[in-house]
Parts: sequence; C-alpha cells; structure tokens
Amino acid sequence: MAGRGVTWLGTPTFPKAARTALADTQLRTNLRNATTTIRGKRAGAVAELPDWEPLRRAGEAIKDEVLANLDTYLERLEAAVTARGGVVHWARDAAEANAIVLRLTREAGADEVVKVKSMATAEIGLNEALAEGGVHAVETDLAELIVQLGEDRPSHILVPAIHRNRSEIREIFRREMPGVDQDITDEPRELAEAARKHLRQKFLTAKVAVSGANFAVADSGSVVVVESEGNGRMCLTLPETLITVMGIEKLVPTWSDLEVFLQLLPRSSTAERMNPYTSVWTGVAPGDGPKNFHLVLLDNGRTDTLADTVGRQALRCIRCSACLNVCPVYERTGGAAYGSVYPGPIGAILTPQLLGEDVDEQAKSLPYASSLCGACFEVCPVRIDIPEVLVHLRAEAVESKSKAAPEAAAMSALAWAMGNPRRWAAAQKAAGVGRLLSRGGRISGLPWPGSRWTASRDLPAPPKETFRAWWRRTRG
Amino acid sequence: MALFATCVTDTLYPRTGQAVVRLLERLGCEVDFPEAQTCCGQMHYNTGYPRHATALAGDYERIFAEYDAVVAPSGSCVGMVREIYPKLLGSARAASYSHELSEFLVDVLGVTDVGAYFPHRVTYHPTCHSLRMLKVGDRPQRLLRAVRGLELVELPEAESCCGFGGTFAIKNSDTSSAMLADKISGITRTGAEVLTAGDNSCLMHIGGGLSRLRAGVNPVHLAEILSSTEEEPWQAVA
Ligand code: SF4
Repeated sequence: MAGRGVTWLGTPTFPKAARTALADTQLRTNLRNATTTIRGKRAGAVAELPDWEPLRRAGEAIKDEVLANLDTYLERLEAAVTARGGVVHWARDAAEANAIVLRLTREAGADEVVKVKSMATAEIGLNEALAEGGVHAVETDLAELIVQLGEDRPSHILVPAIHRNRSEIREIFRREMPGVDQDITDEPRELAEAARKHLRQKFLTAKVAVSGANFAVADSGSVVVVESEGNGRMCLTLPETLITVMGIEKLVPTWSDLEVFLQLLPRSSTAERMNPYTSVWTGVAPGDGPKNFHLVLLDNGRTDTLADTVGRQALRCIRCSACLNVCPVYERTGGAAYGSVYPGPIGAILTPQLLGEDVDEQAKSLPYASSLCGACFEVCPVRIDIPEVLVHLRAEAVESKSKAAPEAAAMSALAWAMGNPRRWAAAQKAAGVGRLLSRGGRISGLPWPGSRWTASRDLPAPPKETFRAWWRRTRG
Repeated sequence: MALFATCVTDTLYPRTGQAVVRLLERLGCEVDFPEAQTCCGQMHYNTGYPRHATALAGDYERIFAEYDAVVAPSGSCVGMVREIYPKLLGSARAASYSHELSEFLVDVLGVTDVGAYFPHRVTYHPTCHSLRMLKVGDRPQRLLRAVRGLELVELPEAESCCGFGGTFAIKNSDTSSAMLADKISGITRTGAEVLTAGDNSCLMHIGGGLSRLRAGVNPVHLAEILSSTEEEPWQAVA
C-alpha cells in the first residue's frame, strides 16, 4: 500500500479507468452540463474585476514567498496558535495524522465526529482510520454527505457529487438516510430539507468536530474556512472539541494577504463575488465556541514536493477547482478516473508528487492524462503552470524507465534522424512507404500501437513528394 | 526571411508549405528554406524527453540565426520556440523573431487582405497553442473575413481542445476520441464544406475523424486558403 495513502487502492491506470467512465453516458451528460454552466459563470465573475491579472500575480507571489520560507512561517503559526490556547500537532504522514485525530477523539470521550471541509482528511483516509478505531465520522457538506451515503467516491474538489443528478440523489437518500420520508421528490428544496433534518441532530449531539482549513494566518494563528451551506459554521462552533487538519502549505503571512485570496477563491470556484460563509477562529475563547482546539499540521509528501523546483508550484493551489471545470479531459472522464481525492489537472500533478517515492503505476499514468491544451493554466487563480509540471513529471517518469522501452527507443531514433537533414530526408522517404497501406488517399488500419490511432481516425496517405523534395526540385 | 516548414507539414502536408511560399512571395517577401531544418522538438519535449528536445532547439537556433524573421504555419511549433526554448536553452534569440503565419501577416507585414479568393463555406478551429500560448486572438478570422468569396461560419465551442495533444492521442486514445467526437459534431452542425486551422497536426487529427465518418468536410490549412487566388484557385486533393 502507498504509505502516504493519497491514491485509492486498486484503482486502474488512467487510460483504463477513463474507458469505463466514457462508457457511462449518464455520467458524461451530468458532467458536461455541470462544467459548462460553472465555466460560463466563472468567466463572467472574473470579467467583472478589472484587476484580475494583478490579483493572480499577487496570489502567486504571496504563496511563493510562503513556500520559500515555509519553516519560518510554520513556527510563527505554531507560536501564535499556542499563545491563544490552541494545541499544535505535527504529522509527517497519513498514519501519524490519523493516529493523532483518533487519540484526541477518544480523549474527548466521543465515538462520533462531525466533519466539514475536509479534503486533507480525505487525502489521508481519516474516515476509514477512525472507523477502524470505532469512531464514526459524519460528513456535513451536502455533497460530501451524498457521496458518503452513496458509498461513492468524490469526483470533484468543490462539488464531490457532481457526477450525480437529482433523481440519483433522491434514491440514495431514500435508501440510506434513516427515517427519511419515502415519498420525497427530487426537488432540490426537499432534498436539502431532508439533509438538514438529518444533520441537525448530528450537530446537536456531537462532542467533536473535525475540519479542514482553507487558510491559516501565520501572524495571528487564525484558521479560515470558507463554505456555502453554513453547516461548517455549526461544526466549528457547537462541539466542545475542534480538530483541524491542515496541509502545511495553506499558510498566508498576514491578514492583508488573506484579502487577496478571499477575492480569488470564490470567483474561481463558485463564480460568486464573495462566498456565503467565512469562518475564522483563533485559538479558544472562554464561553464562546469550542473549549479545546487542536491544529494538526500535515506534511504527507509536501516537503518532498517543495524540494522540486519545477513541481513545487503545485503547492500554491487553493483548491478552487477552476482547472477541473475547464479541463476537456476531466469533462469526459469525471473525477473517479484520477484515482485520488485530487482529480482533474491539479490532481494529475499533485497526486504523483505527494506520493513521491511510493509512486505506483496508477499515479504514474496521471501526468499523461492531459492533451496539454493549457486551459487549466489560463484559469488558475495562482497561476500554476500545470502543463509545465505535467511535462516535467513525464520526463521524470521517462528517466525512471528503462532506455530499452519501445517508446524511448523510438524517440531516440527519431531525434537521431532529426539531428541531421540527410538522415531526416531518408526517414521521410521510408515513411512514404506508408502509401502502400493507403486506399483512396487514406490509411484506416495500422498495426499496434498505431491501431490506437486508427481505431477512430484515418491518417492521410503520405504524399509522393515531401516539401523539402519539392523545394529542391523547383528552387534548389 | 526563412520558412520553418515543421516536420508534419514537410512530411505529410507539402501543399501547406508551398502555399506559404506562394503567399509570402506574392506579398513581396524573399523566402528561403534552410534545408538543415527538421523539427522544433515539441513532440520530444511533451512526451518527456527534454534532452532530445534541447538538442533540436539548439539546432533551430543555429540554423535560423542569420535571418531577420522565421515564419511557420503552426501555432504549436512557434509556441514551442517562443515559450519553451528559453526554458530549455537558458535564453533563445529565435524566440524573438519566430512568427506564426497569421501573426506575421497581420503584425509584421501589416496586411489583413492578402488578395485571396476562396469561394467556400468555411469554419475555423482555434488550436489550443495558437489560442493560449501565442494568443493569436482573432488575427486568423480577420484574415479569413477579407478573403473574397469566403463565407465564415462560427464553430460552436470553438475553444475546446480537439483531443490531439501529440502522444496523448495514442496513450489516452479513448479520451482523445471522445473529445474528437464532440469537436466533429460541432463542425458538422455548422454546415461548412471546409474546416480550417493554423496547425496541420490538429487538422490531421480532426481530418482523420472527418474522413473516417465520411463527413464531407475538407480540412484545409489556413495558408492554403490565403494563397488561393482567382488565377490559381485552391483545389481539393484528388
Ligand atoms: S490548480 Fe489552480 S485552478 Fe486548479 S484547483 Fe488549484 S488553484 Fe484552482
């Protein structure tokens, strides 16, 4: 098993998983509708700000500054949180983080926790780890709840149940939600009401809440969660003990830096000018909110990622999901094909990097899951050059492979031929033999691996005369 | 000035190279084709072979060093030269004087009406690298609108990727084909007889799909449309 637990065990490589997803026409329709809508809205919300480009540059610069001095800022954060009555824990990997949360939950005497905004905990498989320790975790984000009840996997960063439509959700509720009205319709209002009733009970009885974090301010030790349902606010204020699990890259230095991201994030993710709920908490305050606050700082491959000068920009990510919504590959395959809690373009570069040395076949297939069209880079609010990192990770994958692999041999042979015009002309002549395979000017069937092309596409028959031969004949 | 034909055009689409020569000469340029040229190295770079790509980038720098301008009928290859060469080589002079065809016509020569004649219904696909790496904007459409006889029809979801992506088309052929199917459905909905773009690699992909479906739409590179005149009109390949 991957020690860091970033990918889902047993997921097939991307091309295989994609094939299964592509065959699911309902999934494709759901995804296409959802991403097309949000894409259009985002473009509108961004166009409203004349200073969007400077904002992106500011976001990029702040995050780069944090990453370059991460140790200093983390120590500052720890000191600030401690000074305000919180307790800071350091977790090197998934196993350590899970053990800390389980221990704290037991110490609080709870066998159930409510959860909110928890991508980092999904990354480390916390729910499963808690279940093994006899603690039940209840997801409170509506979409997370749908995924949890449906025994499904999230397929989107922001809308984990994006692949489900209303009637599918109705079925899941009828089947899995205790005491739900069996005559419930698939009206969004009724579905939301059922979820609210179900969750209300949980909020009122839970002793422990587990949250993620969108940001933490190093100077003041404040932790920030933005959300749109208000359930998060319930988790963050009602239970006695609050445990926040946060990736170590989520820091910003000061409150004024936060301002940049509170503009970039909502417009990029939900296409809103401002997100409906922004919760900020700083340590503990007697008589208000949780009595105990624990902050678990999670590494799980992040310092290794930081060591890679090209790849580290992935740590700037603020999980807005804009790159998913514009990605033509994600739009066809959905999130599950990426085999990890981080799908889409960001998942394709983040997952293999977080896994690092443990990298498995599935994670190795991710950097190739892109046509490099560049749409992700264009929308990313912190200007992560995702295509650049994809290509960089491909080069690393090639490095780790044997030079005798057929692809490596072909690439070397091609580069050798291209390194000299006489050799290149000879290679072109050889390719011209392809005319023999053609009928009516087209080639419709090639042997493997060319068959992967000709399964759906013809190739033009090579012309009798290349351009360079023409040039030589007429001008040379 | 020099023509960089690109490996795909040189090998598979000589008509595009010939069209660029004819067009630029008609506009008064003196075109040379340095025969030492082969490939920009993009396929190697994108597939994960940066060392091979760097060698080819070095060749390009040397081969075109003596020219004022290099023109290529490919947004993708020029994107490689302009955006990636500086990263691979530390710095690249070629990045500053290499132009994609529509950029060269509009920005350097300052023309949008190139005196072309092409009496067909045409739709234009903005290829990803022209669009996002080079930001050629509406230069190709401006050129097309000035062509006599040409009816330009808008392509639905024009900016979505056709699914080529070099080796992506092979490694993830199922996903690539699904993207292609959507692109083709957009194209056939326009009722165009001709699909044009500034990149033969994308046209090879889309054209391959159109041909398989016998869709009756002809893929034609932008250069071939712009080089077509009343005296010497473009003709479909027999
Ligand atoms: S990579 Fe950029 S666009 Fe994608 S989720 Fe992260 S911040 Fe958003």
